[in-house]
Amino acid sequence: MFNQQSPFVQKAPTVTLVMMLVMFALLPGIIAYIFFFGIGVLLNLTIAIITALISEYFVLKIRNLPVKLFITDGSAVVAASLLALSIPSIAPWWIIVIGTLFTIIIAKHFYGGLGSNLFNPAMVGYAVLLVSFPAVMTKWPLPASHLLDFNIVQQIQIFFYGTKEIIDSVSSATPLDYIKTQIFLGKPFDLNFTNGMPINSYFNASIIISLSFLLGGVFMWWIKIITWHLPVTFLLSLALISAIFWLIDSSQYLPPFIHLFSGGTLLCAFFIITDPVSGPTTPRGKIFFAFGVALLVYLIRVFGGYPEGVAFAVIFMNICVPLIDSLTQPKVFGHE
Amino acid sequence: MKLLDKIFKFNGGVQTNPKKDISTKNSIKCLPIPSELRLPLRQHIGNMPKLKVKVGDQVLKGELIAEADGNISAAIHAPTSGKIKSVEKLLIPHPSGLPDFCVTLIPDKKDQWIKKAPVNWEKLGMEKTIKLLLNSGIVGLGGAAFPSHLKLGNNRNSPINTLIINAAECEPYITCDDMLMRERGNDLIKGIKLVQSLLGAKQTIIGIEDNKPEAYKIISDLIIKESSVHIKVVPTIYPSGDAKRLIFLINGIKISKEKRSSEYGIQMFNVATIVAIYRFIVHGEASLSRIVTITGNIKEPRNYEVLFGTPLESLIQDTGGQKIRNNTFIMGGPMMGFKLPSIDVSVTKTMNCVISAEPEMIEAKKEPLPCIRCAKCAEACPVLLQPQELFWFSKSDQFEKAQNYNLFDCIECGCCSYVCPSNIPLVQFYRYAKSEIIAQSIEKEEADIARERNDFRILRLEREKKERAERNAQRKAENTSEEKSKLIEEKRAEIAAAMNRIKDNEKIK
Repeated sequence: MFNQQSPFVQKAPTVTLVMMLVMFALLPGIIAYIFFFGIGVLLNLTIAIITALISEYFVLKIRNLPVKLFITDGSAVVAASLLALSIPSIAPWWIIVIGTLFTIIIAKHFYGGLGSNLFNPAMVGYAVLLVSFPAVMTKWPLPASHLLDFNIVQQIQIFFYGTKEIIDSVSSATPLDYIKTQIFLGKPFDLNFTNGMPINSYFNASIIISLSFLLGGVFMWWIKIITWHLPVTFLLSLALISAIFWLIDSSQYLPPFIHLFSGGTLLCAFFIITDPVSGPTTPRGKIFFAFGVALLVYLIRVFGGYPEGVAFAVIFMNICVPLIDSLTQPKVFGHE
Repeated sequence: MKLLDKIFKFNGGVQTNPKKDISTKNSIKCLPIPSELRLPLRQHIGNMPKLKVKVGDQVLKGELIAEADGNISAAIHAPTSGKIKSVEKLLIPHPSGLPDFCVTLIPDKKDQWIKKAPVNWEKLGMEKTIKLLLNSGIVGLGGAAFPSHLKLGNNRNSPINTLIINAAECEPYITCDDMLMRERGNDLIKGIKLVQSLLGAKQTIIGIEDNKPEAYKIISDLIIKESSVHIKVVPTIYPSGDAKRLIFLINGIKISKEKRSSEYGIQMFNVATIVAIYRFIVHGEASLSRIVTITGNIKEPRNYEVLFGTPLESLIQDTGGQKIRNNTFIMGGPMMGFKLPSIDVSVTKTMNCVISAEPEMIEAKKEPLPCIRCAKCAEACPVLLQPQELFWFSKSDQFEKAQNYNLFDCIECGCCSYVCPSNIPLVQFYRYAKSEIIAQSIEKEEADIARERNDFRILRLEREKKERAERNAQRKAENTSEEKSKLIEEKRAEIAAAMNRIKDNEKIK
């Protein structure tokens, strides 16, 4: 019945191709990540993708859906990768498995599968992990060129056995976490180098990783997978909000560039909030949505109980999407 | 002129593969008169015309076969001289595939004209000219088939300032307007000047897509001396040829769904319609033929000037037939056209193009995936609708919501389906929702009428009951007062009479 009516011609990339292009756009960021945080990133990615595909396969079987059609759409791979990139590279394997299972089974399929999930699946998985295993989820290795000076065998050991001694020897809290603690304790913080907190090396790594994600993001904009609205509004809003606080009191609040280049800001701007399924669809809606995420990210980072606020900000704004969409309908042609 | 330089781009649209060059290599060809012409009576928007001939009648070329029934209707004429063979329901080129009334004419091959009567419109006045045009059989030849006299005549309230000529021809493959401009530019310009005067318009703007440089050159050379006729090149973005989109491209005026362009002082005609009007007014020739593009998966694609009623099969045969045989043909363009139910149909006024389907056009489309709300469709929608929301509402039968999201503004141009990465046949969902809503509203109207009737009946019955009761009560009341006294009086009179009789009897005794 479906091939009987116009239009008889079509020119559109398939969903699979779109997802593969997103994966391709993630590559520079992934490479930079591996460079600074070690092979663990790659292990996380591999385990996440394998877990995602296996769980997707079984859920599709149980739901009686065409397995081949849906497993090749690539959406599970993208969601699993985004989750893996949000998790510390020295996290043990079961963390990533639990997170991915949540992402695929609960956040995606319980809500109806591809196209129906209300929340960003990767962020749901991340939020569950952050709430359940805060200690593991906030421990990152010191960024260095780990491929060069850090024993790969040791990393794999950490990955599979989660040896506590090794973790403690190489990990620390993230800069955002550290600064927050310092502010909370009423202690001064030094952005250059403070009691064993090599913020400088963190930010060098962070800036390069961020720029790599930016590169991939610009690529997606250039091939028209995403529009400018979400990333540009998000980054500008976050810069603006943090600038206002910073100008009011620079001893209490971090300058905008730290907010822009730390944590998952750029990953969030180009790859997380641009998830079409759980995001808004109208141009104006995208602007409201991105502003809301930026505001919440800032508030959670600075005033909230968690060092990183992207996941909760995105999940909260996902709830608002139907409202945002319905209130931001563009004027139909000739309806002025 | 400033206006001519500025293009007002509409939202979205898509860049299609135009595929126009394949059918413009050859000139327009005329075929010999076929051995049988099949003329559907309904070839336009509006009422079916009233048949004026009988089976067995001999008709001349240009003779009226069916007369316009009412104002929104169009006449049908004999495309050549011959004998009426039959009037019966036959297959017509319509997406429904249902047969409709057709007049079959057997040409005598003499091609003998009826006496042509050119219209001296300046002397006759507009009203009479419009009446004549009503039976000229001219309808919009761009594909919509709206009777043209309505567009020329209905402007008393809002005078027409600008005549826009739709030469955009934005659908891929179709080249009949392009070829007409290349080969019959003179007739077109004469027609434009004529229609401009008929409308009393001050200026004419020809809107043409930038993928027709040959036609543009010819027309712009022809209008050099015409101070009131301009040509404006618009970018090749489908659907630039949609009337409202073209008006916006040209003057930046957005015409809403409820309004007609004439309310803004604008009237639009397709190039082929202009030539048809010219031939009727100046030469007295009714609408008997049109140019059809036969293209696509065919050996020698080209344009034909054909009499209405010509069997489509004879055209296909003349082109050498399909390259890859699949016996599937699309009428109109690939974006908005429809699959012909069969090749056994005739050329009608709406048949601007027949595409022999390329294999990829008809192969079973990939299984549609769920909508991922990527909003590519919204970016492509020239009406600025939210196709992803309309799809959701149409799919789940939430028709009221679909209407709130302006479903009926959808022009079914197909841009959304064209760009959908999930392969969803979006336009089909909108067509479904529209037809359901229309069916429901008809049902509701009928139900409303029935309910009103029933309410009225109940009311009437009650009223009658009440009236009857009142009448009875009155009668009773009358019985008790007047009639009783009358009765008593009668009785008294009877008694009195009896008494008198007794008295009389006693007297006699």
